[in-house]
Amino acid sequence: MAKFDRARFDVLVIGGGPAGLAAASRAGQHGATVGIVDDNPKLGGQIWRATCEQEHPQTARWSEQLRRANVTVFAGTRVLHQIEPGVLLAEQMQSAHELRYDKLVLATGARERFLPFPGWTLPNVFGAGGLQAMVKCGLPVIGKRVLVAGSGPLLLAVAAYLRNCGARILMICEQTSARALAQFGLSLWREPAKLAQAFRLKKDLAGIPFATRSWPVEAHGSEALESVAISRGGKGEAIACDYLACGFHLIPNTELAALLGCTIENGYVSVSDLQETSVPGVFCAGEPTGIGGVELALIEGQIAGLVAAGQIADARQLSRQRRKALCFARGLEQTFKLNPELQKLAKAETIVCRCEDVTYSRLRPYHSWTAAKLQTRCGMGACQGRVCGPATQFLFKWNPDSVRPPIFPARVESLALRATAATNS
Amino acid sequence: MSDDGYEVAIVGAGIVGAACADEFARRGLRVILIDREAVGSGATAAGMGHIVVMDDSDAQFALTHYSQRLWQSLRPELPEDVEYDQCGTIWVAADEEEMAEVRRKADYYSERNLVTDVLDEAQLKTLEPNLRPALAGGLLVPDDGVLYPPCAARVLAERAQQHGAKLQLGCAVERMEQGCVQMSDGHEIRAEFLVNAAGAVAPALTPGLEVKKRKGHLVITDRYPKFLRHQLVELGYLKNAHAVTADSVAFNVQPRRTGQILIGSSRQYGAEDKEVDHDILSRMLQRSQEYMPALGSMSAMRTWTGFRAATPDKLPLIGPWPGDKSLFLATGHEGLGITTSLGTARILVDQITGAQPEIPIEPYLPSRNAKEQVHA
Ligand SMILES: Cc1cc2nc3c(=O)[nH]c(=O)nc-3n(C[C@H](O)[C@H](O)[C@H](O)COP(=O)(O)OP(=O)(O)OC[C@H]3O[C@@H](n4cnc5c(N)ncnc54)[C@H](O)[C@@H]3O)c2cc1C
Ligand SMILES: Cc1cc2nc3c(=O)[nH]c(=O)nc-3n(C[C@H](O)[C@H](O)[C@H](O)COP(=O)(O)OP(=O)(O)OC[C@H]3O[C@@H](n4cnc5c(N)ncnc54)[C@H](O)[C@@H]3O)c2cc1C
Repeated sequence: MAKFDRARFDVLVIGGGPAGLAAASRAGQHGATVGIVDDNPKLGGQIWRATCEQEHPQTARWSEQLRRANVTVFAGTRVLHQIEPGVLLAEQMQSAHELRYDKLVLATGARERFLPFPGWTLPNVFGAGGLQAMVKCGLPVIGKRVLVAGSGPLLLAVAAYLRNCGARILMICEQTSARALAQFGLSLWREPAKLAQAFRLKKDLAGIPFATRSWPVEAHGSEALESVAISRGGKGEAIACDYLACGFHLIPNTELAALLGCTIENGYVSVSDLQETSVPGVFCAGEPTGIGGVELALIEGQIAGLVAAGQIADARQLSRQRRKALCFARGLEQTFKLNPELQKLAKAETIVCRCEDVTYSRLRPYHSWTAAKLQTRCGMGACQGRVCGPATQFLFKWNPDSVRPPIFPARVESLALRATAATNS
Repeated sequence: MSDDGYEVAIVGAGIVGAACADEFARRGLRVILIDREAVGSGATAAGMGHIVVMDDSDAQFALTHYSQRLWQSLRPELPEDVEYDQCGTIWVAADEEEMAEVRRKADYYSERNLVTDVLDEAQLKTLEPNLRPALAGGLLVPDDGVLYPPCAARVLAERAQQHGAKLQLGCAVERMEQGCVQMSDGHEIRAEFLVNAAGAVAPALTPGLEVKKRKGHLVITDRYPKFLRHQLVELGYLKNAHAVTADSVAFNVQPRRTGQILIGSSRQYGAEDKEVDHDILSRMLQRSQEYMPALGSMSAMRTWTGFRAATPDKLPLIGPWPGDKSLFLATGHEGLGITTSLGTARILVDQITGAQPEIPIEPYLPSRNAKEQVHA
């Protein structure tokens, strides 16, 4: 029988990205017993993800704070389910955990959005952040020709990173318009930190063609990717390449919040100025409340951690910063809104659901996600609709399903565990 | 707006409503099938799809056996995605007491021309090597099968449409009585006969109907081809399913064509919400691991719940509703509606068209409860 551990915390933080790290260390500084859970082997989240050899300097800095505050770290641990209010079920490689809390901070981050186009399932077509993560874990890209495409600031960060690792970045295709970007650029003048970041990247990206209103139309290749046909400002072009790094901005991970019953509006978890969700004692910080980047994630995380530890006055001191960063987040959302033209990329035979091999033409006849799912198995596979759900929402305007546990696939014995513990004790 | 010239209006496009629409349409009646959501999206989407003959009562046996044969004859016409597999059921006996039940069941089935095979411990082990050691044996019912209910419902609805039936989805019915179905948008549909096939929520449309929700949980795993070959049900199941008030769990696993394993089952009364109840879920999974320890390390992809439409005597309600000449019921199928949908459709349409039913219909008539009350 699998190992089953129990633990209890004043403040429990789910997610070890910037928001979660900030929340846990701020809560811990004030004497609360704090635990932080992340499903990756190391803390850091998407942006400060460790390479195989070394921890990101930012993660190291925050981890030091966690140590000083005596925060318990559960790495490689996935939260699956709510056993009952105030008790979460989590799983590691060999064991399961019952985690009790008084206050909970959800800092579950975001994932990339993928849109189907012919050839997007070919080998060597990756998500932009996905390719970055693989390179961090040892995939060599020296001299490789990489096309970066999709939408959002992540494309720039990934291009800069890959170039520094020796890749040849052929072009960055951004689906949004130059006009929308210019307006966003103007508003950046109100945000010196962002501007500096943009400039830093600019240096890293010097000489790489940056095309707006541009996107991949089809990826070609017999066994693996050989070239990509793109639409560049309305004109067709073919680009021979080794990798396509493609993601269309980010989708918040709101599954756990939804499972706990938190109100979700327009796809984001609703929070107060103090990061409180609609469920008493449950806070949310970072990308699930709105895609806002690392600055906002850090501010929101600190506020959530402080309020969860009862330090409301300290938290209020961050209000002004939060408001400013929120403006940036709203700007992001406006700027990188998907062009409706992208709905036409998928052709009849294009696969929309990769797990279950469901094509666009099979989904077409249905009026709702539920009906399509039941009849075609779309979204029933291992990713549980995390990829095809947002895609079909964009393609067909379908509303996503209600969330069912476990929010990640889990061992049967882990889901069975509570009863064992109850009968054994 | 009204009068669309329908002879029959069916409310509820679950597998029962869809089967009825198919049967009416093929016998030449003008029928409309109405659902507030999609075809097969209610209990039909939640059910296990075990096509199974059961013998809690003679009437239950008659309807399930009749229906199982109807499924078998329909089989050649079912497309791939219905995933009909005649994998057979094994009723698993844990001890000698349950082996006695195996033998009783075998006799009962064979007296009624249903082939079964009594398995001893070694035979059981050969057929299902992943069961735990030291079980007493089992009963194999080779004609039982499994299918994928939402696609089966869709196919029945499509067949109905091919015979001229109309399908109206996405509109809720507010009332159905005296030959008139009233939609929530104010629209009315008139028909000579109305069929309430709204499953577990049927009483909302026909007040006074004795149908209660009986909640069930299921878990589906990742793909493990050839791990499991038959639908396996513990015989303790019978004891559990009889309990009318207490929550119960039982070992009940099903091989899907995809190689996935569907794990059941639980029964709860008085639980009205759709949320997964961790306590009952964990008990159910514990039970399944007791019989099949290797399930424990399998990856569970998803869990969900559904509501069976339970009647006091565990038999469905098929026939006229006393007090409204236009109104007929096809509900109350508890945990067997996927199986009994086809039999239900036959005997309901027989009643309305005056044809001779192939099995006695009295045990399913809605008036039976009223009679019992008079006699009591
Ligand atoms: C693939 C990807 C790559 C990115 N790369 C960059 C980049 O290079 N540069 C940049 O500026 N921005 C990048 N971003 C954006 C960046 O993630 C955000 O701006 C910011 O870091 C968000 O911080 P966060 O704490 O809200 O979320 P995240 O950093 O996403 O952290 C959330 C953490 O919670 C974990 N988690 C979620 N659910 C559970 C659960 N149920 N159980 C346990 N753990 C869970 C996640 O695995 C993750 O580690 C990237 C985003 C993505 C999706
Ligand atoms: C966990 C579980 C496991 C099961 N396993 C099996 C099994 O292995 N084998 C088996 O034979 N049976 C099984 N069953 C039972 C089977 O699923 C049901 O008996 C069967 O699906 C009932 O079908 P139905 O058409 O009567 O109801 P439903 O499928 O619930 O259909 C009723 C329809 O009516 C619609 N509706 C309701 N109200 C309105 C309204 N006001 N206006 C418009 N439309 C309305 C609903 O949207 C719904 O689509 C199981 C059930 C559960 C819950």
